[in-house]
Amino acid sequence: MFDWRYAWDTLPALGAALVVTLQATAGGMAIALVLGLALALARRSQRAWIAWPAGATIEFVRSTPLLVQIYFLFYVLPEAGLRASPLVTGVLALGVHYAAYCAEVYRAGLESVPRGQWEAAAALNLGRFRTLAAVIVPQAIPPVVPALGNYLVAMFKDTPLLSAITVVELLQTAKLVGAERFRYVEPLTLVGILFLVLSLVSAAGIGWVERRLQSRH
Amino acid sequence: MLDMLPSLLRGLAVTAGVTAGAAALAVVAAVAAGLARASRARLLRWPAAVYVEVFRGTSALVQLFWFYFVLPFFGVELPAFAAGVLVLGLNTGAYGAEVVRGAILAVPPGQRDAAAALNLGRLQTLRRVVLPQAWPAMLPPAGNLAIELLKNSTLVSLITITELTFAAQLARAQTLRSAEIFGVVLVLYFATALVITGGMRLLERRAARGLERGGR
Repeated sequence: MFDWRYAWDTLPALGAALVVTLQATAGGMAIALVLGLALALARRSQRAWIAWPAGATIEFVRSTPLLVQIYFLFYVLPEAGLRASPLVTGVLALGVHYAAYCAEVYRAGLESVPRGQWEAAAALNLGRFRTLAAVIVPQAIPPVVPALGNYLVAMFKDTPLLSAITVVELLQTAKLVGAERFRYVEPLTLVGILFLVLSLVSAAGIGWVERRLQSRH
Repeated sequence: MLDMLPSLLRGLAVTAGVTAGAAALAVVAAVAAGLARASRARLLRWPAAVYVEVFRGTSALVQLFWFYFVLPFFGVELPAFAAGVLVLGLNTGAYGAEVVRGAILAVPPGQRDAAAALNLGRLQTLRRVVLPQAWPAMLPPAGNLAIELLKNSTLVSLITITELTFAAQLARAQTLRSAEIFGVVLVLYFATALVITGGMRLLERRAARGLERGGR
């Protein structure tokens, strides 16, 4: 049923693919963290012409499927004259999609900062930018780190979608390896186990961070 | 572009079918696994925990490919549509089980004690006392899961089911108008998500009304 020797033989290829998967996750998360914060701040802006489009973008991106967003970027970017490799396109799509989720997490963090902090910053005559950068954001982010971590794991589990635009990550590699011998049992099962183990380990890590944050407050 | 609309709408109908079928399965799986996880019997708790962790811990697309490409090696040949509905339903059900479990555990323990004092049986306690009070708390997260399910239904396009995303691919191959077609498809998904959100709001309002009438 399960050919252990064949499974062993596929490991090097899967290991190399795991590197691509982790790269995509790291790149996507970097974009999501930065763009998400920008979206969250824009949504809170007092100027309606900034706040409204930011809110609409967040809602639209969150309510539409990642796979369609990936296809959209994959086909439309080249037509707009932007040549990017499938991996870069996929990372961009992951980053934008999860930025919308992260924006909502940041928003919760920003709203949890006491109003007095804003008033104190105003009393100290800090400008708008310094108020955010030196007072508000440093207090808003630590409590939401576990929630952001959950989205990191969710993004990691969404990276197989990049196989749809020919990125050779874990799932695509499993399919290619399986196609050579027309035997998918071992490579696909191994990929499933890899995802399970890494997700459980990262979930445990997030739990640890959460407990440390709680004990600090 | 207008010529493409009928085939896209046919795709949307398939998307709705896949989502509805998977949602029905997800509700059953979520209630069964959620009750099992909240139970005191280890024989129920453990298998349910394994089910939830495996489906939440791995990628939905990997699960789909596993059911579609690997199960035939073990003699279980599923048609693409059945594999899609099964995997999406079990996947969403695993997340839903946590919602059900959380809502059940949030019912104050005094309610169970009161039911025991009234000499209600276990099933009666569950059906008449615990579930009616847990139900309103389940609805908002269930609505989010329904949207996630709609978005995940795109995955079945990768095992050759002609739902909305697959129809978009076909239309693009014919016309090469990528921006228009995928733009329209994104809007269609967004509109469908709004319909689901609206429906869930109605359900939530009805559930809240029931609570008031029941008194607390």
